[in-house]
Amino acid sequence: MSSNTDRPILELKNIVKKFGDFTAVDDFNLDIVEGELFTIVGPSGSGKTTIIRMLAGMDKPTDGDILLRGERINDVPANHRPTCMVFQSLALFPHRTVGENVEFSLKIRGVDKVARRKRAEELLEQLHLPLSYYDKGVNQCSGGERQRVALARALAFDPEILFFDEPLSALDFRLRKTLEKELKDIHRMTGKTFVYITHSLEEAMVMSDRIGIMRRGRLVQVGSPDEIYNQPNDKFVAQFMGEVNVLEVDKAGEGRVRVANSGIELAAHDMGADFEKGFLVVRPEVVRIGDNAAEMTNKLSGRLFNEYSLGSRIQYQIRMAEGATWVVERLRDERYSGQLDDEVTIGWQPEDAILVAE
Amino acid sequence: MAERAGKPLMQWLRQPGVLAAVPVTLFLLGGFVGPLILVWWYSLMPPRTFSLAQTPTLDNFISSAAGSYYISFGWSLYLSAVTVVILILICYPVAYGMAKLFGKWANLITLLVVLQLLVSENIRLFGWVLFLLKNGIMDGSALYLFGLSVPSILYTVPAIVLGLVYVYLPFMLFPMVLGLSMVPETLKEAAFDLGATRMAVFREIELPLSSPGLMIGGLLTFVLALGSLAESKILGGQRVIMIADDIESAFTFAQNWPRGAALSVLVMVISGGLVLLLLLRLDLDRIMGRR
Repeated sequence: MSSNTDRPILELKNIVKKFGDFTAVDDFNLDIVEGELFTIVGPSGSGKTTIIRMLAGMDKPTDGDILLRGERINDVPANHRPTCMVFQSLALFPHRTVGENVEFSLKIRGVDKVARRKRAEELLEQLHLPLSYYDKGVNQCSGGERQRVALARALAFDPEILFFDEPLSALDFRLRKTLEKELKDIHRMTGKTFVYITHSLEEAMVMSDRIGIMRRGRLVQVGSPDEIYNQPNDKFVAQFMGEVNVLEVDKAGEGRVRVANSGIELAAHDMGADFEKGFLVVRPEVVRIGDNAAEMTNKLSGRLFNEYSLGSRIQYQIRMAEGATWVVERLRDERYSGQLDDEVTIGWQPEDAILVAE
Repeated sequence: MAERAGKPLMQWLRQPGVLAAVPVTLFLLGGFVGPLILVWWYSLMPPRTFSLAQTPTLDNFISSAAGSYYISFGWSLYLSAVTVVILILICYPVAYGMAKLFGKWANLITLLVVLQLLVSENIRLFGWVLFLLKNGIMDGSALYLFGLSVPSILYTVPAIVLGLVYVYLPFMLFPMVLGLSMVPETLKEAAFDLGATRMAVFREIELPLSSPGLMIGGLLTFVLALGSLAESKILGGQRVIMIADDIESAFTFAQNWPRGAALSVLVMVISGGLVLLLLLRLDLDRIMGRR
């Protein structure tokens, strides 16, 4: 998807950031390729905002180096970096109009009024904002419009890299979905390097060329959305994807695992030679229910506790005798035909489940 | 419904907010609006009279304009303006520190500034007299410690300005702190990130966004200084007569209440006009981003 060059545009080498005794970022290493849309995902407190603030020049690393096209930029202040950030709060200037906000960086550079306005209007158009908004106050704009103004202001700066600090997190679901795609379109149109941070892996999946997953100040996995989805490194990454069924297991034999505290044995796929214990991750959508489960290799039975309609899919909650709860999702035309409280069989093929470490 | 609509006033009066506001409204009517109306009315009475039941006349205004009161008006306006400018220059850095840098130490500064308000203004000004006096605290200490005499500025115009700046500092400082603390750090970071220098961040973001506090502080101190009396009397030793001085002597020494009232009205018109002019030019809502 991304245009590859030999040298990464941005390199983070052994970055450490401490606030007093607290280590927010610990031995962080990452290369960002020119032109890609890279997303750093992590739960709150994982250090992702600290990372992006250091990249934009608003904080300095305690240790380690940040290289931009091979040059160390640790000590270059934000106003001398060819990068620009879209803030979580957007940080639009409330005492300025939409036009003045977009033109801000051009005014600072001393670009004349006519050229400034021309560029601002181009950007408003590119971001689907009516030209009449040029003279509008930023606080008269809706949430989505403000989002676009913030992006236009950052693009007017013409940065080599754009940073995004969870700018969509305050928006409602539908608008967020629209803007995620729009952002990816803008990325294609401009060809610039985007570094995005979010706490939502789902959001990252939609937009990114590559994703880095952060936990407690470290990167735990870097890869394409497909790689992250199909081969999570550990239980944390697997669970970060959303609702998944995770079973604690240990080795019961070649290609077989035993579920902890129950003695149930299941077939497992791709078990490494040195596998002793870990977790079996089974996604809701690979699990069959009822008659469809009959020909599956791994089978369990439980009581159908509830069902939820998710639009194109139906989600089932199944409670097992030993207390575990399973989540199963089927498409509408494969829906289970019985009643709630039925005793049901669920099943999956070993190759559809993933064995991961702690 | 028809009956209720016929008594909108009674209905309005029965709202809890209106009821709760009655005591303070009565107090303000009797204690603030009443005396003001008296002063306005007195200014229209014939000179050197004490009765309010006479035919109104503009004599007091005409004779005030013809007299030499423009000098004391001039001094008052000039000294107030100088005071405001000096206060802005002194208070902005302190307010910036208190709003953004000092953290918990800002409370200590607030306490120190507020504590002095507990002592009467006149006593504090006499303290300055003792400090600035020839052979006073400053002069005497300098003579004793370094063997040199410091020229005293007591009973000069700079001493009056010193007094005005000293007395009205809290009224500039606190609105400014409030104004500055309303400027979000992220806006400054965003401007910085967009290539602005520190100076440009100050000019484009910090100053305009903190200007409501600055304007309110400026108006407060200007109007207060315009009506000040003690500073010129105590620290200026009557070297300069300010307009409040003239008003006081018209009411007391000269026993010419209508003239004192007319001069008071002129001060009110000037300061009220200035406040209106500034508030009209300054769109607070726009600056605070409320629309």
